[in-house]
Amino acid sequence: MIEAWVPLAYLIASVCFILTLQFLSSPKHARLGNLLGSIGMLIAVIATLLLEEVKFYQWIIPGLILGSLIGAAMSIWIPMTKMPERIALSHSFGGLAAALVGVAEYLHRGGTIPRFAVTALGFECFFGFLTFTGSLMAFGKLQGLISGAPLTYKGQNYSNIAMFFSAFVLLVLFVLNPGQGVFLYTIGGLGLLLGVLFVLPIGGADMPVVISLLNSYAGLAAASTGFALGNYVLIIAGALDGTSGFLLSLKMSAAMNRSFGNVLFGAFGTGDAPAAGATGAPAINARYNQATVEDATEVLQAAQSVIVVPGYGMAVSQAQHTVRELQQALEARGTSVKYAIHPVAGRMPGHMNVLLAEANVPYDQLFDLDQINDEFARTDVVLVVGANDVVNPAAKTNPGSPIYGMPVFNVEQSRAVIVLKRSFNPGFSGIENDLFYQPNTMMVLGDAKATLRQFVAGLKE
Amino acid sequence: MSSQLLFAFYIFVLAGFLGHHVISKVPALLHTPLMAGTNAISGISLVGSLVAAGAGWNETSTVLGFVAVTCATINTVGGFLITDRMLRMFRKRPGEPKPAQH
Repeated sequence: MIEAWVPLAYLIASVCFILTLQFLSSPKHARLGNLLGSIGMLIAVIATLLLEEVKFYQWIIPGLILGSLIGAAMSIWIPMTKMPERIALSHSFGGLAAALVGVAEYLHRGGTIPRFAVTALGFECFFGFLTFTGSLMAFGKLQGLISGAPLTYKGQNYSNIAMFFSAFVLLVLFVLNPGQGVFLYTIGGLGLLLGVLFVLPIGGADMPVVISLLNSYAGLAAASTGFALGNYVLIIAGALDGTSGFLLSLKMSAAMNRSFGNVLFGAFGTGDAPAAGATGAPAINARYNQATVEDATEVLQAAQSVIVVPGYGMAVSQAQHTVRELQQALEARGTSVKYAIHPVAGRMPGHMNVLLAEANVPYDQLFDLDQINDEFARTDVVLVVGANDVVNPAAKTNPGSPIYGMPVFNVEQSRAVIVLKRSFNPGFSGIENDLFYQPNTMMVLGDAKATLRQFVAGLKE
Repeated sequence: MSSQLLFAFYIFVLAGFLGHHVISKVPALLHTPLMAGTNAISGISLVGSLVAAGAGWNETSTVLGFVAVTCATINTVGGFLITDRMLRMFRKRPGEPKPAQH
């Protein structure tokens, strides 16, 4: 009897999920949407537990309890600066769950599975396992367990594409011979291997694209599970997750001026590197103005308007709270303060926004590239906190630069630029930054947080 | 092509379009919560995991199901919690009362 109502419960859950995303269009209602999503999930889970098929609970209950405990612990205590790592880990769990369900389903039904479900199982295992290892690799790189630098070797793209192609051939063979489990397991194995190999050549600065793409793959794996099981709520949720990740990766790649194909084949930082050495050549001899904290403080004191451009360096030195203190000190003097947030600043989409929100910066002071780029010309001081490529004018002026064409902030148009930087080395991408040699740029070297503290103290005097 | 498969594709394609429509309206400000939230939603594979862990198909499937239930639960419970934790931080004016945190 109850069984007949389960699809209805799934429908309600699907509607809840769609509303969750709909409400995310504004920070005002976003929390409500998230609550609706969790209610939808609860409804779907209860409905599933009532299915006649689900007979034994001795493995389900420990799994639910263990998962809830780990999930809650990972969410309550993790510092906001570790959010990219946290997200990468959860993508790997999502991929693994989908892939294991696929294997379990195959072990159960074996060769009796209808052909289309077999196809779905193949996709599920491939994307699931690929997301699993790929996300673990991304986590390792973010966490510093694996070198964050891109690891490349000759013929990398060709061998990856060859493996991708073999997985496809195996899938066709598997669909033709559903009884041969070895095909499915090899597809899964290739997924595991490709996950590692795809992320290997990717540098830290490209992480926003990769994390988004893995988000999309996790969604595709979930949707494939839905196809295999004939479960529509899985298909809908998977499709939503898949499109979300895909849209985000497109947005991120557009913000880095990378092509669509570049995103799909994960060929980050491999194809267009030759110019890297040539770009800085004339600039290396040029002099940069190293300024003392006192000089920079004086410039800030005289400013009427300040725009802060944060980057990954702010996350590394956990300077977001000190940035907020500086903002307050400036505002107390009547100086207007705005924040310019580049789409790929940090290691994942929206990374900087979350950090600044944590530090209580009101979100109506955070501006996108399009919103603020015309304002730099009218601004007294731009304060660059740990950002590099997104403020490099070479992206506009030097066709030889690897980042040429990338939309960047027009910071050099402001009256003065103060750059906070740990040391005078080129940034993560190894690209020389022309901004540092502009006559109106002041370089303040040292830990960003310590420097900002000194600014605050100086402004309060 | 069976009608059931065709219907599943209908749903997939339409949900994809709907997702595109809805997600394009999410501001860059909320991209991290969007990612955490969709991750929680895709934890819906929990539904499949529960069946695998509880149907008693065979021992291996049950164990794989158990691991899948654990992983998917981490994502749903953890995903919704962390999304809420993030969204709670986004405030418009400094004067607004800060929601209780600790």
